[in-house]
Amino acid sequence: MSIKVKIVSPEKVMFSHDADMVVMPGTEGDIAAMPDHAPLMLTLRGGVVDVYEGAAVTNRFFVAGGFADMAPTHCTILADRALRVEDLSVDDAEARLEGLEKSYEAADKMNVPALDILMGKIQSARAEIEAAQSAVPISSI
Amino acid sequence: MASLKELRARIGSVKSTRKITSAMKMVAAAKLRRAEARAAAARPYADAMRRMLAEVGRSVAGQGGQPALLTGTGQDRVHLLIPMSSDRGLAGAFNSNINRTTRNLVLKLQAEGKTVKILPVGRKTYEFLSRDFSDLIIDHRHLAAGKEIPFSAATELGEQITALLEKGEFDVCTLVYNRFRNVMTQTPTEMQLVPLALPENDNADAGDVAAYEFEPDEGTLLTSLLPRNLQVQIYATMLETAAGENGARMTAMDNATRNAGKAIDGLTLKYNRTRQTNITNELIEIISGAQAV
Repeated sequence: MSIKVKIVSPEKVMFSHDADMVVMPGTEGDIAAMPDHAPLMLTLRGGVVDVYEGAAVTNRFFVAGGFADMAPTHCTILADRALRVEDLSVDDAEARLEGLEKSYEAADKMNVPALDILMGKIQSARAEIEAAQSAVPISSI
Repeated sequence: MASLKELRARIGSVKSTRKITSAMKMVAAAKLRRAEARAAAARPYADAMRRMLAEVGRSVAGQGGQPALLTGTGQDRVHLLIPMSSDRGLAGAFNSNINRTTRNLVLKLQAEGKTVKILPVGRKTYEFLSRDFSDLIIDHRHLAAGKEIPFSAATELGEQITALLEKGEFDVCTLVYNRFRNVMTQTPTEMQLVPLALPENDNADAGDVAAYEFEPDEGTLLTSLLPRNLQVQIYATMLETAAGENGARMTAMDNATRNAGKAIDGLTLKYNRTRQTNITNELIEIISGAQAV
């Protein structure tokens, strides 16, 4: 028994395959999609999505926030931006983080929703740096 | 009658025009293929987004305090128009269709006593509209800086629209773009972005009635889905515009190449006739000269 997993970015379908379990970073904590999971829609924070086949991680993706649609037979992840963890670059992410922190300093501190969005982006950039630094070939996991 | 030399020059110039138009046609065809592939690649995200939005929308239906992106400001006074054209011309009526539709829409809204603001996307429509409506244009953008349209282009425009809405700068936002029917046909279409008509759920009658749960909750999910959905819709129209532009250019250049071929045939015929006449004249002169001796 497996679920159809799809990881989609606005530009293209990143990954589409059957898997036994997908662990994804929800805004309120990590959550796993497994067969026969109750239908659930959630928002994602920046972080790493692990695709499991059996007990082994077969694919790892970094997503910079987004949404997920879980159902008993399928799981669709709508990522704002998705990359294979192997393709991440620490330098890019650090440059992005620096830019974001600058705009956070300059931002209007009274505009709470805008600040929240910015905080989310900063968190996502930090998670990207972390994921990029810890990127190791899948075989050694 | 034109001299042989002039005719030769004209044939030569039409021939080189034909070379250019047929090369442009080839380039447009290649670009069209790529643009169509990108539009197709972007569709799954938009479909999934629509499904989620329908689901969330169904569960919050009837509740108060919904985001302005969904309900609008409750007024219908200030209209924001976003015409979307290509950056380059030579694509037949592709851009002038957008310009004409936008112009008519502006005049219609103004006749109804509404305030109109315009945010053109694409160089061609900006240039056209700034002639007649330069005081209505609040900002403008190019369709694509480089070769490919990145999603960030749609994100920026979407964020700008959201910010304008929050500041109460407009009540209704309409996008005017060319819907890509096929390579030959692109139809100017108006699409209302704000307030948004929630999509119907396709699986509603497929017996798929399992109630979804939402995390963190419907309201929060909806507030973050809506701006994203706006960007996705804008992105889809941008890709469609890119595909349509190349389709229209391909068709236009195909016609131009054919017309150039016809012009060359006509000119060649005229050239040969003139040449023949000249030879005949010379012969007559020689013969009558010989007879006179």
